[in-house]
Amino acid sequence: MLAFNALNGMTFAALLFVVASGFTLVFGLMRIVNLAHGALYLTGGYIGLTVATRTGSFLVGAAAAAAAIAVVGFLTDACLLRFVKGHDLRQVLLALGVALVLNDLALIVWGGDTFTVPVPAALQGPLQIGALAYPKYRLFVLAVAVLLFIGLWLILHRTRLGALIRAGVDDLEMVDAMGVDIKRVFIYTFMFGSALAGLGGTLGGAFLSLYPSADVEILVFSLAVVIIGGRGSLVGAAAGSLLVGMLATFGQVWFPELAYFVIFGPMAILLAFRPLGLFGRTA
Amino acid sequence: MKRSAAAVLTAALLSVPLVLPGYKTSLATEMLIFAALAMSIDILAGYAGRTSLGHGAIFGVAAYVVLYHVTVAGGDPWVAALLGIAAATVAATIFALLAVRASGVYFLLITLALGMIVWGICQRWTSVTGGENGLRGAVRPAAVAGPTAFYYFVLAATALMAFGMWRFVHSPFGLTLRGIRASESRMRSLGYDVSLHLFVGFVVSGFFAGAAGVLYAFFNSFASPATVALAQSVEGLLMVIVGGVGTLVGGLVGSVAIISLQNFVSYHTERWSLVLGLMFIVTMIFAPEGLVGRARILLARRAARIREP
Amino acid sequence: MRRRTFLKTAGTGLLALSSPARRAIAASEPIRIGLLSPLTGVIAAGGRELVDGFNLYWDQVGRKAGGREIEVVVEDDASNPNTALQKARRLVEQRNVHMLVGDILANTGLAVAEYVKGNGVPYFIPVIAADDLTQRKRIPNVVRIAGYSASQSTRPLADYALKNGVRKVITVSQDYTFGHEQCGGFCQVFSEGGGAVLQQFWHPLNTPDFSPYLPQIQSLKPDAVFAMETGADGSRFIQQWANFGLKDKIRLFTSMNATDQSIIRTLGPEAEGVISAGHFCEGRDDAANKKFVADYEKAFGKLPSIYAFSHYSGAMWLAQAFDAVGGKVEDRPRFLEAVRKIKLSASPLGREVSLDKYGNPVYDIYIRKVARRADGKLWNVPVEVYQGVSQFWKYDPEQYMKQPPYSREFQGIKKA
Repeated sequence: MLAFNALNGMTFAALLFVVASGFTLVFGLMRIVNLAHGALYLTGGYIGLTVATRTGSFLVGAAAAAAAIAVVGFLTDACLLRFVKGHDLRQVLLALGVALVLNDLALIVWGGDTFTVPVPAALQGPLQIGALAYPKYRLFVLAVAVLLFIGLWLILHRTRLGALIRAGVDDLEMVDAMGVDIKRVFIYTFMFGSALAGLGGTLGGAFLSLYPSADVEILVFSLAVVIIGGRGSLVGAAAGSLLVGMLATFGQVWFPELAYFVIFGPMAILLAFRPLGLFGRTA
Repeated sequence: MKRSAAAVLTAALLSVPLVLPGYKTSLATEMLIFAALAMSIDILAGYAGRTSLGHGAIFGVAAYVVLYHVTVAGGDPWVAALLGIAAATVAATIFALLAVRASGVYFLLITLALGMIVWGICQRWTSVTGGENGLRGAVRPAAVAGPTAFYYFVLAATALMAFGMWRFVHSPFGLTLRGIRASESRMRSLGYDVSLHLFVGFVVSGFFAGAAGVLYAFFNSFASPATVALAQSVEGLLMVIVGGVGTLVGGLVGSVAIISLQNFVSYHTERWSLVLGLMFIVTMIFAPEGLVGRARILLARRAARIREP
Repeated sequence: MRRRTFLKTAGTGLLALSSPARRAIAASEPIRIGLLSPLTGVIAAGGRELVDGFNLYWDQVGRKAGGREIEVVVEDDASNPNTALQKARRLVEQRNVHMLVGDILANTGLAVAEYVKGNGVPYFIPVIAADDLTQRKRIPNVVRIAGYSASQSTRPLADYALKNGVRKVITVSQDYTFGHEQCGGFCQVFSEGGGAVLQQFWHPLNTPDFSPYLPQIQSLKPDAVFAMETGADGSRFIQQWANFGLKDKIRLFTSMNATDQSIIRTLGPEAEGVISAGHFCEGRDDAANKKFVADYEKAFGKLPSIYAFSHYSGAMWLAQAFDAVGGKVEDRPRFLEAVRKIKLSASPLGREVSLDKYGNPVYDIYIRKVARRADGKLWNVPVEVYQGVSQFWKYDPEQYMKQPPYSREFQGIKKA
């Protein structure tokens, strides 16, 4: 049973990682706490749902969701965030406004019913691993997260863009002083982060379903992951996701009364004593 | 100019039940209560430069304590009021202890997290807080039960609180807070204990938020997890921002603006969330200093133009 | 927006009424009904249907009853009790409605009930199922027309389970009053009939992941699981139950909310065969029921959920009450008395429905199974019926009310 719940924790952590990795990149590089990240997740999920249902393909749906939300991210950055660049708090509150708008628009378009993104038949049902029967789809999500981690790590450590991002997370002023067009890096990062949220929405929408308050819930988890793991750190996002995923799963079973405390307690304590999180580094 | 404006405002506030009876009076009462909350948030945001997303929770804690004391413990409403304010102050102290060393976005996040913990407790500790159902019952003191009497009571209480807050931010202590907002390192080098000042500022701000929460409990006769939720803190913050951060009276302006708009919008459509979101966006881009802030800038410009012919 | 058209029609109606020739009847201003519904927030889908179901009835009868026009004023309670309270106040104090109807979430209903306790405005609750509102904490002007109490339909379900070989059960439920009451009703009858409740899992509302409970459930080897879920939790539970391969291993019984149209219409094979119990069964072969389902499907393109159904029936109930008092709803005591005395026939419920002495309707409860209709849509069909079930089951009301209300601590489980 422990193994079962460990798998539950890990597969939930996998989804959290997909979503939080985008969040931490944006937070780390652009110093923006994108409170609209949850709304991007949900809207992406709905778009993925509609496209997947119409085309009959989950992959097309996921790709469409990622692409569409990348566009939304681009528009948000280019049309709204540019007016408040440099003002941390204004950015945060503006993002909050965007979240409210997106959430209500989604309600208008898709209504309040609970939807599930359709999953290809090959991924439905359980996989028999010895005595354990575990849902294939959740294992798929785990695989996606692992591949994403590897992919992101390669991008961050083997490409120029990745080097720029890492440098920007460490010391933004230096990168700017070196004459790099930091604005473009910002836009790409924001789009990429948003795309990950959209992808997360489609992935999550298949086993956790999509409904009007899903955006706040995933945002809250993402915040916890990024705070615990550390701003702008990929390893931090992975570690944070694993920790939060496990805490949420085991906490649910062992301490159902303390549901939120199990996650927010560590988050609050870390913020108080080590705001950089486990793997964050000073700016 | 300022004195005549104040006189007009006072006259307007005093005449509300006569000019706008019935439902509108209770709407005005609500505006005053939230103005007090907004002003308490402004003490930190405007004067100490620390924006909090946890004041809704502090406000709500006071409301819960009042409801609990009267409906469950069968106590007296006035005693409940004192207990409520005390509880809110304790909550603010705990928040302050954990949040005081953070600033900017991190301060926002930690107050958000603490607010969520309070929300989680209210939602899950069913035996005490009533869980999802919350606590309800007639808690308004008999002496001010009627809508008109209650309005004047809230008006007096809010005026008193506003006066208290005004004195606080204009005191030497308040000036130190403003210095901290302007430049923390400078204050530190001058020998001020920044953390201690922020701590006290937070606790005082929480005290007033709690007082507002008590008034809310009397007004609503109901408290539920929604009262301590993040949305409450967000709305309070928006009122401060729309009114004008660092102006104190902006809290009243923002409260009146938001509640009137909410009343108007929800008459015609259920898209209040959309409107609220747009307000956030528009305010942040075009008028981050708020209505009062903007008014002050315009007035200053006019004064400057008059001075140099 | 639907509401604006109604207001316009009502407005023109009023204008017409004020013409000189009709000034004699000018006293006949419309009956204003304040309809509170969660149009945004977590239960937004149900809220939409509540309004649609209510308005469908009034549209069908030409927006008239008791000799007066009917004006429905809709307010969004945002799935939030504070907002519900605010809107209730506005409806009563600013829009001068004659009565309030609606709400879905128990906490919104309780908040509004407390408010009307103070001012005597009639408040009708076809969906708010809190047991105590018609048991220990009755409020004279709060009437559960066309509604149900939480524990009412789970008791026959427990009886059905016992009759069908279930001896060991586990309950999984949302951790709030509605869940406690539904489970309590089930567990009390089940344990009194000799069954054993192995364990009870309580989880917060909006639990995304039920996987932590599933291995535990499996290891305890129950004959069946009773899942008390509403909204998105219901949808997720049914899906995760199937995804983890438990669908064919352990029998699943759920609350009627979990197999409600609002949930199953977006589900697939994982929902087929799930058993629940309720007074509404959209697949029932009964004239009035079939007509309602057909009308609703024609108007809104989907099968009706319990929210639509309850408020459609509620509107019908009110219309009969309006007729009974000749439209004089201002005379509150007489109006409320008429409401309480209504015997609703020819409603989608089929049998004649009336309130028991404590203000809760007595129903035929159907044991329903989710099945596929000819056109592929999922719906509930009846498998068995328990006739004349009241909120007290077979217990004596006064004796029953001596036991504490159902809660996490008290589930009515009889010690073996």
